[in-house]
Amino acid sequence: MYLDDDRRPTLTPQLAVRVAILGGVALAAFAVIFFRLWFLQVLSGDKYVAEAQGNQLREIRVQAPRGDIVDREGRVLVRNRVGLAIEVTPEKLSENTGERRALYRRLGPLLDMRPRAIERRVNEQFKELPFSKATVKQDVSLDVVMYIEEREENFKGVEVDPVFLREYPHGELGAHLFGYVGEVSAEDLKDPSYSGVQSGDRVGKAGLESEYDQFLRGQSGATRVQVDALGNLRRELRKDQPKQGSQLRLSLDLDVQRAGQEALAGGTGKGAFAVMDIHNGEVLGLGSQPSYDPNLFAKVVRASDYNRLKADETGAPLTNRAVAAGYPTGSTFKLITATAALESGLITPDTPLNDPGKLTVGDQVFQNAGGVAHGVLSLRQALTVSSDVFFYQLGRDLNRKGMPLQHWAHVLGLGRRTGIDLPEEGPGFVPNPHWRDSQYAKFQRCVDRTNPTPTEISLGKCGWQDRPWSVGDNVNLSVGQGDLAANPLQMAVAYAGIATGKVMRPRLGQRIENSAGQAQQQLEAPMARKLNVAPEYRSAILDGLRGAASAPGGTSTPVFQTFPVQIAGKTGTAEKGGGRADQSWYVALAPWPDPKYVVAVTDEAGGFGADTAAPMARRILAELFNVNEKQLVQGGGPSD
Amino acid sequence: MSTAVQDFRDTGPRLLRLDPLLLLATLGLIAASLYTVRKATLGDIPHDPNYYMNRQAIYIGVGLVLMVLLSRFDYSRLREWKLGVYGLMIGAILLVYMLGFSARGSRRAIEFGFFNFQASELGKVLLIVALAGFTVDRARRLGDRETTSRIVLLALIPAMLVVAQPDLGSGLVYLAIVLAVLFVAGTKWTHFAALGALGAVAIVVVLLAAPAAGVEVLKPYQVDRLTAFLNPSTNPVDEGYQINQSLTAIGSGGKTGRGDESTQTKLNFLPEHHTDFIFSVVGEEFGFVGAALVLSLFALLIWRALRILTTSKNFYGALVAGGITAMLMFQVFVNVGMTIGIMPITGVPLPLMSYGGSSVITTLMAIGLLQSIHAQARETALAKGL
Repeated sequence: MYLDDDRRPTLTPQLAVRVAILGGVALAAFAVIFFRLWFLQVLSGDKYVAEAQGNQLREIRVQAPRGDIVDREGRVLVRNRVGLAIEVTPEKLSENTGERRALYRRLGPLLDMRPRAIERRVNEQFKELPFSKATVKQDVSLDVVMYIEEREENFKGVEVDPVFLREYPHGELGAHLFGYVGEVSAEDLKDPSYSGVQSGDRVGKAGLESEYDQFLRGQSGATRVQVDALGNLRRELRKDQPKQGSQLRLSLDLDVQRAGQEALAGGTGKGAFAVMDIHNGEVLGLGSQPSYDPNLFAKVVRASDYNRLKADETGAPLTNRAVAAGYPTGSTFKLITATAALESGLITPDTPLNDPGKLTVGDQVFQNAGGVAHGVLSLRQALTVSSDVFFYQLGRDLNRKGMPLQHWAHVLGLGRRTGIDLPEEGPGFVPNPHWRDSQYAKFQRCVDRTNPTPTEISLGKCGWQDRPWSVGDNVNLSVGQGDLAANPLQMAVAYAGIATGKVMRPRLGQRIENSAGQAQQQLEAPMARKLNVAPEYRSAILDGLRGAASAPGGTSTPVFQTFPVQIAGKTGTAEKGGGRADQSWYVALAPWPDPKYVVAVTDEAGGFGADTAAPMARRILAELFNVNEKQLVQGGGPSD
Repeated sequence: MSTAVQDFRDTGPRLLRLDPLLLLATLGLIAASLYTVRKATLGDIPHDPNYYMNRQAIYIGVGLVLMVLLSRFDYSRLREWKLGVYGLMIGAILLVYMLGFSARGSRRAIEFGFFNFQASELGKVLLIVALAGFTVDRARRLGDRETTSRIVLLALIPAMLVVAQPDLGSGLVYLAIVLAVLFVAGTKWTHFAALGALGAVAIVVVLLAAPAAGVEVLKPYQVDRLTAFLNPSTNPVDEGYQINQSLTAIGSGGKTGRGDESTQTKLNFLPEHHTDFIFSVVGEEFGFVGAALVLSLFALLIWRALRILTTSKNFYGALVAGGITAMLMFQVFVNVGMTIGIMPITGVPLPLMSYGGSSVITTLMAIGLLQSIHAQARETALAKGL
């Protein structure tokens, strides 16, 4: 049955050679494979074991809850709340862009977000940390979470994780002090004060949260888990529990804070106040209006919300006017002018100066408010009735070598940061000849070079300082007008300085405690600078301030005459020009004659200090000294 | 068969006429396959750790029956049926096109209840049987270029069909088979040189020229897979990922394996761990020792196949044995080479080891044919009184 062709001998020499070649090829291939296996398994085995371990082990960091922030009585100002965050896991997300978009379209209406926005947010986070979960929304209601979890197959890759969010039970109260918490930045991580913090951790970003972050943040926990190729958790290997951060106790008094903010809100709505213990710098109240609800910042802030809170149209509620604003202070500055005049030997407490109602300096005429002439006055009376002309003369005469007015303003803390434990603090500004002259030189060079039209000049093309320093500038400064920029906290520090002979560094943080309120670490009271002003000068100034709040003709006597606590205080009314309403100021020291507290209040458009700011200060003082304001109203309220 | 020449070697039942070493290698690999498949898939199907092993055992059972049947059958008769065999192969492959279901974008198999029939696998054996027949027919004109080109064309047709499924791996196996058949038949070296040159041109066209001209011969992922092994770390998430995970699995096995600590396999970092990458599982679970043992069994298998080639009673048997040897060698080297990062990913299973009915049954049928060639040679030798 076999065909002819198949009958030849099978193992010809040629076939033998070819079979040998096949065998040789097989041998060579096996040899290559064996060598390769030897290299992989015997020589590099350890390296690959490490790689296999790295594949399956993941460290899941568990953020520690931050410590609470409480007021001096232990009332909670900032605490934690557990929120539910919607996240997506890169491993479980579909690789198909269309399917991912479909998922975002399903999520969008549930989370009240545009699908496009979800996609953008997720992709940005994946770019930053490719193998970590991306947060879609941080604080989602339980209903939404249940809906998603019941329809797991429709939401592949979507996960719900609890996150700690900050909560501010008192809403707008003290909003400006706390700052906010956010993910640590790459630059922060290089800073040694952030040791132990890892990428993705949340740290204080502003305000007290940032200042005391090292105490508040606690210690993140970590869970080492075994995961499979899809990122599914298979086994927990080791768990380090997170440790909650310490509690921060502030010197702030919630009631004082509330009184202050309510008082300010009852004014024109824009202003600030500071209340400080003059002996140790403890801040009992520090507020700014308009305020905002910091709960907005507990989760990821929408850009629209943020911009709205930054905008001038809404009064820029995010700005902490108590420490970051710069205002002319009006007559409250006279305390500094008086100090400078006394200490530079220009006058003694009893030097009489005539106040004819106006003062001509060069070709400029400076008038008292309302053109009143107070006649011959000494310092005490001048402070009491707030004679401008008296201080104009001092300002004119202090415009001399060494610029004593600027020097004493600096010594009393103006134009520099007070050093309060708030990172947002600004230095303010005290105008001086050097500044104005150099700005003017710049202005001239600019004009020479570019030859601007008058319109361009009026638009500030070459800057605003179109004239050199003149005596008039110092005269303006002597009554807190002109280019001066100061905030209520700085004024409180200056007044406390005259009252005590020490320039305090104000402080909000008092001590670090455990969650039960037991002290762990007392925050050291900051050093005060000694103020080299003769005690008799200080008491003369204080007498003047006392008169202003109590003597007949005193600028704020009508406001405080029925107030049961005796105080000393100074009104201020700063002209801001440009048709804007005057800035109203009041700084009070109480109780007289042995003051313990200083209260500084300003209202951006309150007009006369006695009309607006002084009643606000009275309301705060009432809270400080437990005065029932209702009785007061019956006893005769503030008169104009 | 005369009783006079029966000696002690021929007294047992016919089963014992099987080549014992080939049988040993086969059974050894089957055992290794069952053990490894079980290890690799313990957690894959919830509550049924033996799911894949049980099914593999069934495939092996079917394959063993076919192997024994084929070993008792005179393979030479297949030569007469070459046209039918060839037609059957082409028909089966075309049937997949019509009835086949699609797995991960590839249309490779027809579903029969619990068994997915992959025609391209069975095609490997059918092609060997048919090609050997066609070659023997032209044994006197082996020097003609026409002979070589006809035989090559006969293999190229099914090869193109399966590559288009797309099943690149099987297509390459078909090419290895035809080259081996021609090689064993004694085709001139000059013809091989010409084929080599043509092949080089084809590779250049398929990988470089055609994509540049906008013609897609291979799908992009196939090109990626073919080239990823050259530099796996450049693309660790896609093609390079599989190679990296396989290297990590094998490397971490060390000398004696990680046993139950084999996280690469258990946690699914290793893709296709019971099919194409089963050798990586062997490497991780049993280490160098286990891998060497499996490779030794393959070496034994290939040695016996070559040995049977040389003892074949006729030219046809030699060609069939040559084709089968090439099929086994090619698949072992390409598959193992892929897992250790020295060969591209082509989707070639590891014969007898990889989970999958079509491959296991086809390989056992091929071994049955080898046993048949062996048995026939023995019988002829005995008949000649050697």
